[in-house]
Amino acid sequence: MNRCRPPHPCFQKAFAGVFESSADMPADFNWAVGGEAGDGIDSTGKIFAQALSRAGRHVFTSKDFASRIRGGYTAYKIRTAIDPVESIVDRLDVLIALTPRTIEENLDELHQGSIIIYDGERTTMENVTIPEGMVGVDVPLKRLAEEAGGAIMRNVVALGAACAVTKFPIENLDSALEKRFSSKGTALVENNQAAARAGQAYVDEEYDIDAPEYHLEETDADYVLLNGDQAIGMGAIAAGCRFYAGYPITPATAVMEYLIGRIERFGGHVLQAEDELSAINMALGAARAGARSMTATSGPGIDLMTETFGLVATSETPLVIVDVMRSGPSTGMPTKQEQGDLNTLVYGGHGEVPRFVVAPTTIAEAFWKTVEAFNLAERYQTPVYVVADLAMAVTEQTFPHEVFDMDAVEIDRGRLVDATGLDEWSVDGKFTPHAVTDDGVSPRVLPGTPGGVHMSTGLEHDAFGRRTEDTSVRIEQVDKRQRKFDVAQAAEPLEPRSFGADDADTLVISWGSNEGAIVEAMELLDGPVRFLSVPYLSPRPDLTAAVEAASQVIVVECNATGQFADLIEHDTMTRVERINKYDGVRFKADELAAAIAERSQMEVPA
Amino acid sequence: MSTEIRFTDFKSDTQPTWCPGCGDFGTMNGMMKALAETGNHPDDTFIVAGIGCSGKIGSYMHAYALHGVHGRALPVGTGVKLANPELEVMVAGGDGDGFSIGAGHFVHAVRRNLDMTYIVMDNRIYGLTKGQASPTSRADFETSTTPGGPQQPPVNPLALALAAGGTFIAQTFATDAKRHAEIVQAAIEHDGFGFVNVFSPCVTFNDVDTYEYFRGNLVDAEEEDHDPTDYDAATSVIMDRDREYQGILWQDEQSVSYHTQHGVTEPMIDLDDGAPAGAMDLVREFY
Repeated sequence: MNRCRPPHPCFQKAFAGVFESSADMPADFNWAVGGEAGDGIDSTGKIFAQALSRAGRHVFTSKDFASRIRGGYTAYKIRTAIDPVESIVDRLDVLIALTPRTIEENLDELHQGSIIIYDGERTTMENVTIPEGMVGVDVPLKRLAEEAGGAIMRNVVALGAACAVTKFPIENLDSALEKRFSSKGTALVENNQAAARAGQAYVDEEYDIDAPEYHLEETDADYVLLNGDQAIGMGAIAAGCRFYAGYPITPATAVMEYLIGRIERFGGHVLQAEDELSAINMALGAARAGARSMTATSGPGIDLMTETFGLVATSETPLVIVDVMRSGPSTGMPTKQEQGDLNTLVYGGHGEVPRFVVAPTTIAEAFWKTVEAFNLAERYQTPVYVVADLAMAVTEQTFPHEVFDMDAVEIDRGRLVDATGLDEWSVDGKFTPHAVTDDGVSPRVLPGTPGGVHMSTGLEHDAFGRRTEDTSVRIEQVDKRQRKFDVAQAAEPLEPRSFGADDADTLVISWGSNEGAIVEAMELLDGPVRFLSVPYLSPRPDLTAAVEAASQVIVVECNATGQFADLIEHDTMTRVERINKYDGVRFKADELAAAIAERSQMEVPA
Repeated sequence: MSTEIRFTDFKSDTQPTWCPGCGDFGTMNGMMKALAETGNHPDDTFIVAGIGCSGKIGSYMHAYALHGVHGRALPVGTGVKLANPELEVMVAGGDGDGFSIGAGHFVHAVRRNLDMTYIVMDNRIYGLTKGQASPTSRADFETSTTPGGPQQPPVNPLALALAAGGTFIAQTFATDAKRHAEIVQAAIEHDGFGFVNVFSPCVTFNDVDTYEYFRGNLVDAEEEDHDPTDYDAATSVIMDRDREYQGILWQDEQSVSYHTQHGVTEPMIDLDDGAPAGAMDLVREFY
């Protein structure tokens, strides 16, 4: 037990010893703020992440949270470094603990020399025990906040204290506070900045902390900081999406919250539907009318949308449907990570429905794959699933702004025909919206076009869109719709993202948001690994050659049964090993390195 | 579009497979007349239909159309109308489509008050599946799936619409061609959600709610000097347990459509070749 309260006579000595014993700190720094839901943890964490980003540091955040408005435990964690960071690790260097439970929940990540900032004057924290070897920094957060203008700024005082222990230039925090509060007036901004300074001054005066390993240096770099849901929303607007209908569901709601207030500036509209059945049908209606249209949901919503998904495909309507996966089945663990929807996205629905399933592997890719999804949807007149997951959706990450180069966005509306092109695609004066073509793609005319009148239906239909049960027309239309995907398989760049040594014996394959953790895990391993990160699940790249070339194949994914591993085995007719995680927490680089090492001849050097 | 549009221009060359004598013929004719009377053109009209006998209407009318999944016609119409407010959107469905599987959408479409028209072909039976109880079937109506009758009160669609804040609530009878067409026309012209419940008898499976029944019992509200802009009067005819009415029963003169309310008036269908102008501002927000 090491309960240091200034001016404790043993403090300096104890502190010095602690840091001497942990001289081998890596260049990254791990920080968290934790408390009860309702304590403002999320916004506090975001402000600090923003400050780090303003300081030209890379940031990768994660959240521990429970599905309730108040109570429970919630934490916002930040990993930061000068170099890009793409994963979380099992280590916490500085923790702001608003509750005793915050310390308990993080005992496995705290280590010798970790600094715990807390308010010893808070009733629940009075008798808190700082674990052996760690450093307690007791700051009267509430009292200092009250002096600065209000107890509500308690967390900002703690951020100031965090600046003090990390020697982080507080001007960056000023700037983040201004961004957060400027819409509410300068007085509020200034009060918060004063509160932060009070926290910083208190620590500087009462403690003599010398922890160079934790010093947070600035760089000249300019980064943007955003999460996966925001990247999807921004990608949608960039791609020309003008209509969005959705029903709130964790963790997809933030896509709708991003779009509302922004898409209107580009002539679009967001509508909160009464349920997911309605949301997808509204989106379908808008798409039939000719707007680029999207809905986003999570697994339970996908279940409800599945019947209409078949209609979208059969009526050959371009539509983007985003699944931000969470832990299932049923209500499952709605605020926890999982990649359990793969089978339902690739196979779900009655009858046989060819479809695109695109799974971005990073937050930046979430932007670009959303843009691409809209182009695929219109090029092939078909629904496209974009698959993200909770870990990606709620993680804030820094990128150079050039990554989101709007000038590089291209819009391809496919075989869209106006009134002048109708003749070419008409038979006996009637337009053929389902004309049988070599590539399976038919001409598309938008309602309002003179002379293009036609009906679209979920019934099997002929080239004109008229209902039919004619056996040869049925075969023709089924084959035509399938042919689009055969063409896409050959024409679209579906290659996986490739990392590591091409000739390594160990091949790791994964999909979705695991990419960053795997790339970092490879750096921790002492042997060569080839890693293929697959963003296309249907149609998908043929990995047979890569699988056959490796002596060991490991498929990594966040589900219990290995749904992607099943697909790989199906495609390549080779058995693969599996690393599965389904405890609700995303992969961490260090645990993943250990798991890969355990299955191979490699080790993770201490 | 200089030539005058006649109602037959809204008729497709597909022969209806509705049973001879089906009320849906009259219902559809009135819709076509009303569309022509209001100056609409098939090229600028979008029909959305659900599933059931009523769902076939998209095939039989000449206009852009979508024949969707069961119960979701209203959401589809909502999307069409928002993406291109210049289209005349008319949604048609049956009592099963609208008040059973799609009842949730009905309530919310009424609340939302988009400027579109909803025609329900209410025959108080499931016809296409060969005669099962519908949400508007009488409590003692015996069918293959309700041998002793549903033993539940039928839904009152007009009351449902009123409770949801409807701004145009009307009821017609398919064979009263003139009244039916003029009321549908008023629904189209209404600035908001025009709901018309049409008694459209099923001659094959419903031997209770027949042409004879409606002819003998339906009261025309207009002949009773009903004022459809009087909310209390509207409530009393809509909630009347003893008599059934045709006519415009409630029209909110203050109705402001969703489009006006939310400023959604321009089509969303034209796009640039790249990201829209100003898209880079979205990136800057994340600094």
